[in-house]
Amino acid sequence: MISNEQITHIAKLARLRVDPENVAKTAAELESILVYVAKLQELDTEGVPELAHGDGLTNVFRTDVAMGLDQDQRSRVIAAFPHKEGDLLEVPAVFQDRTE
Amino acid sequence: METAIKIAADVRSKVRTAESVVREALDAIESGNEKLNALLGTYSSAIEDAKEIDRRIAAGEDVGVLAGVPIVMKDNMLVKGERCSAGSRILENYDAPYDSTVTTRLRAAGAVLIGRANMDEFAMGSSTENSHYGPSRNPWDVSRVPGGSSGGSAVAVAAGFAPIALGSDTGGSIRQPAALCGIVGLKPTYGRVSRHGLMALSSSLDQIGPFARTVEDAELVMSVMQGKDEMDATSAGVVEGVKGVDGIKGLRVGVPKEYFVDGMDENIRRSVLDAVAEFERAGAEIVPISLPTAEYALAAYYVIQPCEAASNLGRFDGIRFGYSSEGQTLLETYERSRGEGFGAETQRRIILGTFVSSAGYSDAFYKKASKVRTLIKRDFDEAFKRCDVIAAPTSPSLAWAIGEKFADPLSMYLSDIYTVSANLATIPAMSVPCGFVDGLPVGLQLMARPFDEASLYRAGKFYQSVTDHHLKIA
Repeated sequence: MISNEQITHIAKLARLRVDPENVAKTAAELESILVYVAKLQELDTEGVPELAHGDGLTNVFRTDVAMGLDQDQRSRVIAAFPHKEGDLLEVPAVFQDRTE
Repeated sequence: METAIKIAADVRSKVRTAESVVREALDAIESGNEKLNALLGTYSSAIEDAKEIDRRIAAGEDVGVLAGVPIVMKDNMLVKGERCSAGSRILENYDAPYDSTVTTRLRAAGAVLIGRANMDEFAMGSSTENSHYGPSRNPWDVSRVPGGSSGGSAVAVAAGFAPIALGSDTGGSIRQPAALCGIVGLKPTYGRVSRHGLMALSSSLDQIGPFARTVEDAELVMSVMQGKDEMDATSAGVVEGVKGVDGIKGLRVGVPKEYFVDGMDENIRRSVLDAVAEFERAGAEIVPISLPTAEYALAAYYVIQPCEAASNLGRFDGIRFGYSSEGQTLLETYERSRGEGFGAETQRRIILGTFVSSAGYSDAFYKKASKVRTLIKRDFDEAFKRCDVIAAPTSPSLAWAIGEKFADPLSMYLSDIYTVSANLATIPAMSVPCGFVDGLPVGLQLMARPFDEASLYRAGKFYQSVTDHHLKIA
């Protein structure tokens, strides 16, 4: 059984604020999905490699050079910043409580 | 609307102007979209772009094989300067800073991009009910869902807003709405079409593909979109398998017994097997096949897909772009921006994906599912030694009533049961209209070897040449 505490913990790992009144419902939904996907355990996968992507796509390299945006794209990226100072992205302090 | 092939021929030979075609499309949207909610907006540049095509044609230029063809984009594909929301609140004010590769390639072939289609938020869902902007409605019965996640794109083509729309398909999001709306929808081989400028959902599964009324139109659009792109390291650059030959004599059509089980919808079974009989009558060889791990595909999918989605959606943090809700601390800003910006299903998948990839659970879930994925691919490899295409249903049910499955996530997930295998196995698959039940369309799903879209075109074109399901208008 998935507990409410587990949901709260996972939500914190995923940086999601889950409404407290929805925690139990989320746990029940997750439980029903996990019961379904548990059927994977019926299959013997001893010695079977994992598949992560399509055929023939290994070590796709390109020259290690920066590809700059043109001025137009650059200004559009900056325009999309939620908070900015001039052309700089403004971010909240990482280690500080804002109230201090 | 006319087919893309007809429109491009008329515009190129100056029988009609691109502007008149685009105005016709915009008029159809203007009069029909309020009822269907297929489009979230039209692109401001559409008329000007069309006039430019006409100017270039008047000057004697060859503007490309999609001259004047109006195309609807799914709202997770970037068109510079235009709003791009992915059906989410978190991007409700986001304007694309650059063009996706498909945008660039379609325009280079003379197409005119006219608007952005509604979708399940970040392409997660099977009905478009997960859109922050309300569900799209099925043009065959507006009380029913059009399928999803590319539901708005499917409705746009089925309702005659445009001859072509693009979708993205991670577990059936092009094929399933194509089936439920009675049109053609193609998910190409993984790597066939560049995803640069497509908002990433599940990077090992996502592909961009077309909706159209005819297989010829889908093939034409693919000829323009496909191919190597330096901006997408997963684009394969395979040049074979892009053109279907005529006639199907000798084509081997596999029929997997696992897709025709007791308890399935009898009407859908009959429609699909009738389609198989058409192939047989015309000289195709029908081969009974087995895909033994098929019944585990959905379980593997709903582990792998949420893991990748949870990872990809990490970029929506309230800091760099999109909706931002300021908290007392940085952590609180993340949690509030994401908690308020993402809808219920997106949050459910992030929770699920985080759980099945977390320490202590990732071996039992994520790694197990990735191994099962290998078994699923091996099944297809074996099957394709004995057949060239596989025929199956696209959707286990007809279009259902809006709201019917919304409260039960697992029952919604089960509607992807026939489509997820192709994504897991990285093979191309296409849905083609194969009949109607109670006035609602049924889709035939055709699957082929990796990079053998040509066999899908061949089989699909033949089928449409002997049937008229695709000619019926909603």
